[in-house]
Amino acid sequence: MAQNAQLAETTTDSGRRLAISGRLTIKHISGVVPRFQTLHPDNRPLTIDLGGIGRIDTAGAWLVHRVLRDWQAAGVAVSLENASPSAKRLIDEVAENDTSCEIHPPMPNRLLHRLDIIGGAIIEAVQTLGNFFAFIGATLVVTAQTVFERRPLRWNALVHQMEVVGLNALGIIGLLLFLVGIVVAQQGAVQLRQFGADIFVVNLIGRSSMREMGVLLTAIMVAGRSGSAFAAQIGAMKLGQEIDAMRTIGMSPTEVLVLPRVIAMSLMMLLLGFYGSVMAVLGGALYCWVAMGIPPAAFAARLQEVVPIADVWIGLIKAPVFGVTIAITGCFQGMQVTDNAESVGSRTTAAVVQSIFLVILLDAFFAVFFTAIDFG
Amino acid sequence: MSARKPASDVVIRVTGLCTSFGEQQVHRNLDLEVRRGEILGVVGGSGSGKSVLMRSIIGLQTFDAGEVEVLGHDTATLDEAEAKNLRRKWGVLFQDGALFSTLTVAENIQVPMREFFNLPRQLMNEISGYKVAMVGLPIDAAPKYPSQLSGGMRKRAGLARALSLDPELLFLDEPTAGLDPISAATFDTLIKTLRDTLGLTVFLITHDLDTLYAICDRVAVLGDGKMLKAGTINELLEFDHPWVQAYFNGPRGRAANKERK
Repeated sequence: MAQNAQLAETTTDSGRRLAISGRLTIKHISGVVPRFQTLHPDNRPLTIDLGGIGRIDTAGAWLVHRVLRDWQAAGVAVSLENASPSAKRLIDEVAENDTSCEIHPPMPNRLLHRLDIIGGAIIEAVQTLGNFFAFIGATLVVTAQTVFERRPLRWNALVHQMEVVGLNALGIIGLLLFLVGIVVAQQGAVQLRQFGADIFVVNLIGRSSMREMGVLLTAIMVAGRSGSAFAAQIGAMKLGQEIDAMRTIGMSPTEVLVLPRVIAMSLMMLLLGFYGSVMAVLGGALYCWVAMGIPPAAFAARLQEVVPIADVWIGLIKAPVFGVTIAITGCFQGMQVTDNAESVGSRTTAAVVQSIFLVILLDAFFAVFFTAIDFG
Repeated sequence: MSARKPASDVVIRVTGLCTSFGEQQVHRNLDLEVRRGEILGVVGGSGSGKSVLMRSIIGLQTFDAGEVEVLGHDTATLDEAEAKNLRRKWGVLFQDGALFSTLTVAENIQVPMREFFNLPRQLMNEISGYKVAMVGLPIDAAPKYPSQLSGGMRKRAGLARALSLDPELLFLDEPTAGLDPISAATFDTLIKTLRDTLGLTVFLITHDLDTLYAICDRVAVLGDGKMLKAGTINELLEFDHPWVQAYFNGPRGRAANKERK
């Protein structure tokens, strides 16, 4: 483009002369920047002719200023020629503000930095663990106070959370578990057919859904759906200083925000877990009916014979425990939000990952526990 | 390229702008002109659509009817490349700076340069150096993250980013809101100096009467979905409209006026 800045250098016995033409603006200087960078002062005086420039902005002024500065630092005479008033003003302006700044925070020694990160992570983990226990403690205290009627229970919040966590999740959890029921029945049927034991599909579906799968999958779904929402909501409130405002007014965030969520989620997990298990069994029953010719009545009769009621109890005992775990993890992570919007995101992620991890850990614990006490 | 009208004195021309959110009409047939090289203060009660007007001009807000012409281009008819080219010519300072929180101040200033041009890293670093100094930030603020800065420093950093490409036009949304009076006064002076040295045109939304008296060449008053009047403060003092009178001749308006004298 004709507007691009151009640089022409002529050398005579008496000195060097730089003639700049075109537009000396940030858009048009990229062509001449390398040539500017190769300019180094020698003994001859330099004249910069700005007569040919169309426009100039601070970036262009900076290039000119840098040459002037380098020449002056070397003690060689340098002068501007034909500079317009606006060019002069801009060059003076950038000269006045000539500083060099760091772009990034200083990077310390690599090894030390690595060690620092590891140490910091350990301290952070220990502190988080401590805070988590403190949070559980505070929640338990508020729960006890509520039970003994020293504090009011927030019924509105409780019912609202029950709707959001429970009622609104019916569709997605029902569909998910129904499909999983079909898949398990289908895969089980393929394997069991090899032994001519097709009918044991009912055992597989009934026992696995009631005892493990129904509640576990529901818990994972609820953690992803509502645990994350708890962390994000409370985190956003923390960012917006709503939590501070609550404390100032004399409301306890644990009482107002955490307790209704924990109670709602434990109740709803109980119901959703059972509902999910039933949906999985229904999915299996549908597959058995359509693909294997086992009519629903026969399926139900067989189900009653082979699934001990203990399986149902085990599922129902686990569900509220998972619910409390997910709710406390979500609320706790929300309360840990600080500073910026980015931490809302990372805390929400942490809430989901940790609650799913804890749910699976607890599930393993329950499996060992119920076997040890010979239950079911 | 759309036919560019000859460089005129009017940098922004808004004609017959209508904006509404659902039932609520924000602008009803609003007209506004901003002239080259001036600092135009835009005032109006809360909810009178000052920010919406700014967002309409810079293309963040769609409007129902009307025409917005910036630097000779009708913003509604531009294709993507032309719109990008136009955006390069203005800088916007949002209320709280709107700095990218994962980048340092210096990196924030370099974002527009990286986006539009292919400049050597060293030059970009030098440019961010003088921009930081130009907006009056201490040099050790450059490698800091926005969360480590105070509100006033974030605004300065936001201004440095808005000035990154040497725009012709600068949009400021309440630049002095939330600053202490001393910082607010230095910010006012800074904007005026930058306008004088860089030849900017400034569109400034403010509630700050001191700012209006100190640096604005003209003031536009929004109300009832229209521009009630634009003119120098002395003209507005004469203007017979209850809101304008209450604004400029209320206790705060008189105090700011007295200060000037």
